[in-house]
Amino acid sequence: MRTARVRFTGFFWRHRWAKALLLLAPPLLAFALVYLASLVALFLSSFWTVDPFTSEIRHAWNIDNYRQLWQGGAYHSIAFRTIGIAAAVTVADAILAFPLGYFMARIAGGRSRAFAFVAVLLPLWSSYLIRVYIWRLILDHNGVLNWTLQKIGLPAANIGYTNWAVWLIFTYIWLPFMILPVYGALERVPDSFLEASRDLGAGGWTTFRRVLLPLTLPGVIAGSIFTFSLTLGDYITPLLAGGASSQFIGNVVYDNINNQLTPFAAAFAAVPLAVMGVYLLIARRLGAFEAL
Amino acid sequence: MATLAPTAADTEAAAGGAPAVRLTGIRRSYGAVVAVAGVDLAIGAGEFFTLLGPSGSGKTTTLRVIAGFERPDAGRVELQGVDVTHVAPSQRAVNTVFQDYALFPHMTVAENVEYGLRVKGMRRRDRRVRAETMLERVRLPGLGDRKPVQLSGGQRQRVALARAIVNGPPVLLLDEPLGALDLKLRQEMQIFLKALQQDLGITFVYVTHDQEEALTMSDRMAVFNEGRIEQVGTPADVYEHPQTEFVAGFVGVSNILEREGRRITIRPEKIRMSDEAAGEGEAGTIRSVVYVGMVTRYVVGLDSGGELVVVRQNLETSSQDALSEQGKRVRLSWRPEHTYEIGKEGT
Repeated sequence: MRTARVRFTGFFWRHRWAKALLLLAPPLLAFALVYLASLVALFLSSFWTVDPFTSEIRHAWNIDNYRQLWQGGAYHSIAFRTIGIAAAVTVADAILAFPLGYFMARIAGGRSRAFAFVAVLLPLWSSYLIRVYIWRLILDHNGVLNWTLQKIGLPAANIGYTNWAVWLIFTYIWLPFMILPVYGALERVPDSFLEASRDLGAGGWTTFRRVLLPLTLPGVIAGSIFTFSLTLGDYITPLLAGGASSQFIGNVVYDNINNQLTPFAAAFAAVPLAVMGVYLLIARRLGAFEAL
Repeated sequence: MATLAPTAADTEAAAGGAPAVRLTGIRRSYGAVVAVAGVDLAIGAGEFFTLLGPSGSGKTTTLRVIAGFERPDAGRVELQGVDVTHVAPSQRAVNTVFQDYALFPHMTVAENVEYGLRVKGMRRRDRRVRAETMLERVRLPGLGDRKPVQLSGGQRQRVALARAIVNGPPVLLLDEPLGALDLKLRQEMQIFLKALQQDLGITFVYVTHDQEEALTMSDRMAVFNEGRIEQVGTPADVYEHPQTEFVAGFVGVSNILEREGRRITIRPEKIRMSDEAAGEGEAGTIRSVVYVGMVTRYVVGLDSGGELVVVRQNLETSSQDALSEQGKRVRLSWRPEHTYEIGKEGT
């Protein structure tokens, strides 16, 4: 009994990889089946076609779907709109998150920091749909925003059901995903670095530009991976709060699947994947993964 | 761009005899904790001045008040006779060497050293030359292209020094700069820093908890305890004439006796230890013996009360001889001029 136990533990002590394998087998299996297999299936199906008469999928390999995407001007503008708004959301979130993260990491005491954390995370506890609908009510022509503007004697802002609304709502919804990594990066900068900069004659702006921002940029990029990819893949907010020309890649994918044009949907869905791949490569270059 | 205009211009006007640093009634507390409880200090131009004290005694807070990183709750900070109590750190004509060096990790060694000059708008070519000259001066020639992580602790320490003095401050503040170095390197750096200070002719304000360091390097020193200064003086003065029990104990060994209602202190090396039969001095028993290489340290319990530490050079004694003396009866004698009367604790 005892020797069996000694041999058993001894085996895992000598062969570290066996222990790691045992530990990682369940998640790796799930990951391979759920994540990778579905991605591979998506990628493969993008090279199939649909018989226009029977609506059946034909497993004949070709790149017609990609050719159609390349030649369709409407698809270009949809892709650029999706990427553009995702980028604009990311920039807005970074600008909003930095001062808030700075307050939480370097100024707030224990109590106000805890309060700020709850305030940042609280929206995540409620449903995504509810939050989009609330924004719809706020931005509607007869909504809270215009009512308030009217009360203080300003002209109405008709941003409901436009790209502005989509940008605004995305910025709000994904903000926590930017604040947390930025907060983490700011917290890791020792006070003495900022003191040294001031000691050497630099004012607040120079210290921010030359010391604080370069040292926290990996955190900002880590956050931008979340905000950018989450916006890139979304279709609900453009659908509910956007206008006629607010279609995202996700909306086209959704419509095509509903029309049983799965292969074309798969091809268009591969575009944000490729964009994200390029983005991650750049982010890795800038050292973002050390801050995650 | 930040300039030193308010201080640089005023410095020359006010230089006539004004101390490099003058603190008046400085107080600073953090909530209920009083870090500095009323400090007055005048540090002369060109002095190597040490703030000595145990951790939490207020020496570092005092240094940070001079640099401007802490705002005093009360009191006045003057540099070269100019009131800078409400002036931002970037506008004060002082530079600091930080305890953790605080080198910017994303910049090269040269960029770190050039930082202050760059902020002041000096041309790239000029500041390159200045930085390289300064790196040579701290004996790090040719290391400008390295990143701080590629350097050893001692090298980083010297980069931090170069980054501060390249700006030519009239006052350099050093916050336990040698604390993280090993003993041998620390002793080398003590000599180097002292020579550098004399060479530059600027004021050094140096914070340490190491009494030996303070005695070795300082022109004058202030001994801190619980947010107050207990004594200011030259090293010899503070060592040989401690004014309070705390100073006697913190700077050197606490050798305090109460005789006839007076409290006196005697330095261990000033005590002569002889056989009991000698019949001169106070009788006692050796309680413990510590052999420390160059010297042997004895703790002697006296028959008439109290305990004294005695240090003897190991001229002819071996460690065996020394250690066998435990429990021996001895007599201790000293010259009256080597004893100093001190006040009670806290007076």
